[in-house]
Amino acid sequence: MKRRLIFAGVGGQGVLTEANILAKAFLAAGEKALTSEVHGMAQRGGSVICTVCVGNVYSPLIADGSADAIISMEPVEALRHIKKLRNRGIVITDINPVIPPNVSLGESKYPNLEKVFNELSLRGKLIKIDALGIAKRAGNAITKNIVMLGALAGMDILPINKEKILQAVKENVPERYMEMNERAFNMGYEAVRD
Amino acid sequence: MDVLSTKDKALLLGNEAIVRGAIEADIDVATTYPGTPSSEIADTFSKIARYYNSKGQEPGFYFQYSTNEKVAVEVAAAAAVSGLRALTCMKHVGLNVASDAFMTYMYVGCKGGHVIVTADDPSCHSSQNEQDNRYYAKFGNAPMLEPSNPQEAKDMVIEAFRISEELSLPILFRMTTRTSHIRGPVNLGKINLKKKRGKFEKNPLMVTVPEVARKLHPVLLEKMERAEQISEKSKFNFVEELEGKTGIITSGAPYNYVREIVEELGIKCRILKLGMTNPLPRKMCVDFLKGCDRAIVVEELEPFLEEQLKAIAYEEGIDTKIYGKGYGKLSRLYEYDMDIVESTLRKFFGLEEKKEIKEPSIHAPPRPPVMCPGCPHRATYYAIKQVAPEGTIYPTDIGCYTLGKAPPLEMADFLLCMGSNVGTACGFSYATDQKVISFMGDSTFFHAGLPGIVNAVHHNHDCVITVLDNRTTAMTGHQPNPGTQYDGMGNEAIMLKVEDVVKGLGVKHIEVVNPNNLKKTMEAFERALNYKGTSVVVSKAPCALILPKSVTEGSFEIDQEKCTKCNVCIEKFGCPAFYRDGDQIKIDETLCNACGVCTQICEAKAIRRRKK
Repeated sequence: MKRRLIFAGVGGQGVLTEANILAKAFLAAGEKALTSEVHGMAQRGGSVICTVCVGNVYSPLIADGSADAIISMEPVEALRHIKKLRNRGIVITDINPVIPPNVSLGESKYPNLEKVFNELSLRGKLIKIDALGIAKRAGNAITKNIVMLGALAGMDILPINKEKILQAVKENVPERYMEMNERAFNMGYEAVRD
Repeated sequence: MDVLSTKDKALLLGNEAIVRGAIEADIDVATTYPGTPSSEIADTFSKIARYYNSKGQEPGFYFQYSTNEKVAVEVAAAAAVSGLRALTCMKHVGLNVASDAFMTYMYVGCKGGHVIVTADDPSCHSSQNEQDNRYYAKFGNAPMLEPSNPQEAKDMVIEAFRISEELSLPILFRMTTRTSHIRGPVNLGKINLKKKRGKFEKNPLMVTVPEVARKLHPVLLEKMERAEQISEKSKFNFVEELEGKTGIITSGAPYNYVREIVEELGIKCRILKLGMTNPLPRKMCVDFLKGCDRAIVVEELEPFLEEQLKAIAYEEGIDTKIYGKGYGKLSRLYEYDMDIVESTLRKFFGLEEKKEIKEPSIHAPPRPPVMCPGCPHRATYYAIKQVAPEGTIYPTDIGCYTLGKAPPLEMADFLLCMGSNVGTACGFSYATDQKVISFMGDSTFFHAGLPGIVNAVHHNHDCVITVLDNRTTAMTGHQPNPGTQYDGMGNEAIMLKVEDVVKGLGVKHIEVVNPNNLKKTMEAFERALNYKGTSVVVSKAPCALILPKSVTEGSFEIDQEKCTKCNVCIEKFGCPAFYRDGDQIKIDETLCNACGVCTQICEAKAIRRRKK
């Protein structure tokens, strides 16, 4: 099974970690996985995208209209990459905006959130979650990326099951935060199940 | 650490795979100057060395962050001519800095293998240009390998050491952003790290005076003839027959796109995948082209392969038409992606055009990288803006502080390369009647700032040179530099102070300030501006990202009753933690790093520390 996923967000939100954990889970399950990452200048509060492709793939980059899912930690970051989504693909996004400084300066506008969600839902199946709120309830806002990963696991579109992903989460976060991250993952998973 | 995994497979970044290859090949010396997209190569060596050190074990290799790329090549070259295996890594423009050493090093050659990694950056994701360093291989007569994925990166490094030793010639290893920053599965071999000592055997042919150089040049050309034979037999140059007569010639990252698209669309073709791209396997190319009815070259940036293949075809009288730059969406600009390659191959193979995906009706606002909340550079810039006269020219340099180009600070006017702030400051001070205040970071100061300062002092250029000393090499990932107390292996190192160095260089007016104190910083720059001649201001405060949690913990907030909505915090200071919520201005507590500089700019005194 080939799957092409886009993880999006803002530098500092843990997009790379989220994508890498999933890629490692794929590898541990004997799947071929490739990721493409953003490092360097683009990380200083800029827009960050990381791709994960699994199955018999050669390219870590994703063509327009080919992503099975976009998992975004910020609403307009999902919008930024929406052309990549395949017909009837899945968009999972956190509902909490992070306003870019140029918007505060009046140089650009942050679009109306309802319009953003409307545009996203025209392109695919839209799942909105308050990942930030869930992460805080799990113990710390920083676990938002793991909440998103749990939500993705809840969509049943991956070639591996929830337990394998959770296992990779546990293996790749510091031991003292393991319980909190497990909670975040399960809460994200449950959030898309009901 | 995945790169030290003892399993038979690990998921590695392209840059990590290079290191894995090197430690399987028993590397002895690794050197670098950090730069995206190459940084994780060196950082991984550093991590491994610190890991072994922390366990009280000998790492089995020596690693250093050198002061610049030229020094890095020289340090490793000396090790390699003494019989040790060496690797030097840098970003593409780093090879410009190292090129003086590189060009003549090819004449002299090495004894132990020396792999020189250049990481190119098509699309300038983190760079000032997108030069194609494959031409350095041609220019200097270096054999060159180019992997497409992490597995190849690891395997090729091992082979690169072997080739380098077979030819007694350093070898260029070309990465691009998309091969450096792909993560993929890598089959692992055994780690082989034994500490060895080299022995330098004297030989007059290693002293490149003119008479020697004339003797060495023909030797180098002869080595390259042998390199061509290696290229003909290399397993990294191969043909994939996919039931067709039409050829695709490709290498590096574009191979990944070609291979995936050919499979997805069921295109019948033959692919010549080149992994050793200098010298080209001439006979292999001839045979391939003869077997094609027509062929297309898919390569990023310059027509490096295309022009050589066309020359070969002409010389051999092959009439297979070769397409490349200018066909379909194949441009000399920017990095390629799936859409560029797919659209081109659809056209070339007569398939119907892919349906355009509609643009969304609303657009995401741009989100470029910015200076972090609590960044001391912002404080320095803000202070200068209060005292510098209108029209002051701000030559800048390579580092986070370049981000000060953006509004509202707009404190970057001219930039060429590492160290260019000082040289151009000298020129502006002569050529114009405007005041000149230039900027560079501490790592850049040691890398390429010193010669410019000597020039400024010697010629008494009237300019203020600012060293934004944030105690680290921030932009590339917080590597140590000569101004820090430890080195790349985690060992204690001798710390050079910028202010001591510039004193030694003869600068007469030196100011050292903590930019987080705006008033004192403004006064220091006023004095520097009034000084006739070359002055240096060392604006010293640690990068907000390396400060201990105890310092950055907590946040500030705005007392809405006191706030007069003067907007200075947003429109003049520009800290990204500030945002508008309706008609109120607020501070995002998750972004604020608690530097408190904003309390000094708020005339209404409306900003206070948030209670826990």
